[in-house]
Amino acid sequence: MRVHVDPSKCQGHNRCYALAPELFDVDDYGNAFELNDGVVPAGLEDKARLALANCPEFAISIEE
Amino acid sequence: MSETVYGPVTDWATDFDHGSPAYAANQHKIWDDLKNSGCPIAHTDRYGGTWLPLTHEMVHSIAYDTDHFSSEGPVVGQLKPSEVPDRIGAPIGPVPPISSDPPFHNEARRLLLPAFSPKMIDPWRDEVIEICNKLIDDMGDADHIDAALQYSQHIPVMVIARMLGLPVEDGDKFRGWVNLVLSGIGEERTEARMQQFMEFNEYLAYHVNDHKENPREDLISFLLNAEIFGEKLSLEHAVGTVILLLIAGIDTTWSGIGSSLWHLATNSVDRRRLVENPDMIPAAVEEFLRAYAPVTMARVVKEDMEFHGVQMKKEDWVLLPFPAANRDDKQFANAHEVVIDREENRHAAFGLGIHRCLGSNLARLEMNVAVEVFLQRFPDFSVDANEIVTWSTGQVRGPRALPFVVNARA
Repeated sequence: MRVHVDPSKCQGHNRCYALAPELFDVDDYGNAFELNDGVVPAGLEDKARLALANCPEFAISIEE
Repeated sequence: MSETVYGPVTDWATDFDHGSPAYAANQHKIWDDLKNSGCPIAHTDRYGGTWLPLTHEMVHSIAYDTDHFSSEGPVVGQLKPSEVPDRIGAPIGPVPPISSDPPFHNEARRLLLPAFSPKMIDPWRDEVIEICNKLIDDMGDADHIDAALQYSQHIPVMVIARMLGLPVEDGDKFRGWVNLVLSGIGEERTEARMQQFMEFNEYLAYHVNDHKENPREDLISFLLNAEIFGEKLSLEHAVGTVILLLIAGIDTTWSGIGSSLWHLATNSVDRRRLVENPDMIPAAVEEFLRAYAPVTMARVVKEDMEFHGVQMKKEDWVLLPFPAANRDDKQFANAHEVVIDREENRHAAFGLGIHRCLGSNLARLEMNVAVEVFLQRFPDFSVDANEIVTWSTGQVRGPRALPFVVNARA
């Protein structure tokens, strides 16, 4: 599974970073990006889905 | 509480008044009745012409459409932005960046984002914990407390005053000015109100000058030295941003904390779940933000246009009721139920698009800590049946009096 934050949609709500810090980080401006090229380590799939389900800007996508 | 200068509402679809006590008290029912009667966007001639779109889809599309909707008037008033004397117009607006439009907005916002990013805000946690505990210590062993007046209202004021570099003990003054700017939108423009605006300006001028003479490590000094497009910010811009940071963070977060505590005082099952499982508090706070979103923003129509079948006129106000979007059942399952462990929660309490609340990380920290500390210290509390809970009017909604009975303390 891979996750991706669309930087043109992210507005820095920081939901993904709060819910899944293993998968996302934020820059100095508070905008999010995926860690590890978006590769989701085994066992963290639910966290990836949780981040997607809580992004108000629909900026996160998942490739299964 | 009196009606606004416009008098009582005759019909919510064609004559609504979002500044009236009736709207503050019954807004969830008003939105449902409007939508069920086939009116997803209401209109009023009040405030010179104002629209109220009610679906998540409409609110989302207006928030994103900065070509047709300007942010130069984020709070609806009796005067249109162009009618306000000596006003800074688009794209800067009087309180940048919330009142700014692109492309200026992007630069003005970028200046401030680092100071409010999660990694700069998280270190405030211990200080917020201390503030909350101190407020509860100050209540002594009273069984009857007011969680709005003795607790919620003080927390955001103390933090933002420290960040800006203003005296923490001036909290009462700040709250007076917040009330003046946000809750008095439909009141008459009396001499007393004008006097208060003047005192606010004088207070700011004094502290800005003091920071010029004695620079220090705080946001006012930062703004006075900050540059935009290669030049120092104009004094109007810097002061406008100080006003924004002072006003925007105070009664919004106070409302968010107050609504959360009100919910827990009136829902003992949820309260017990959070007392027993404090690790559920962050998700619960997100649900309180969804269900009781405090903030409605406004936009100004740039040119005559059609929107979802209605004709909007240049300079009409358009409200962005994020609280209504958050209760849209097309976007949220069981939208009217408060589900404290809701898993899918794309709520819009902090807005959508380029004007996402700059202080959202700070507001979330304050709400989480305020709920956590309150539940630790008061594991059982309820609304005092002999007293009255009151709610604010206008574009920020939250409890202004929260009489509680403390049934157990830890």
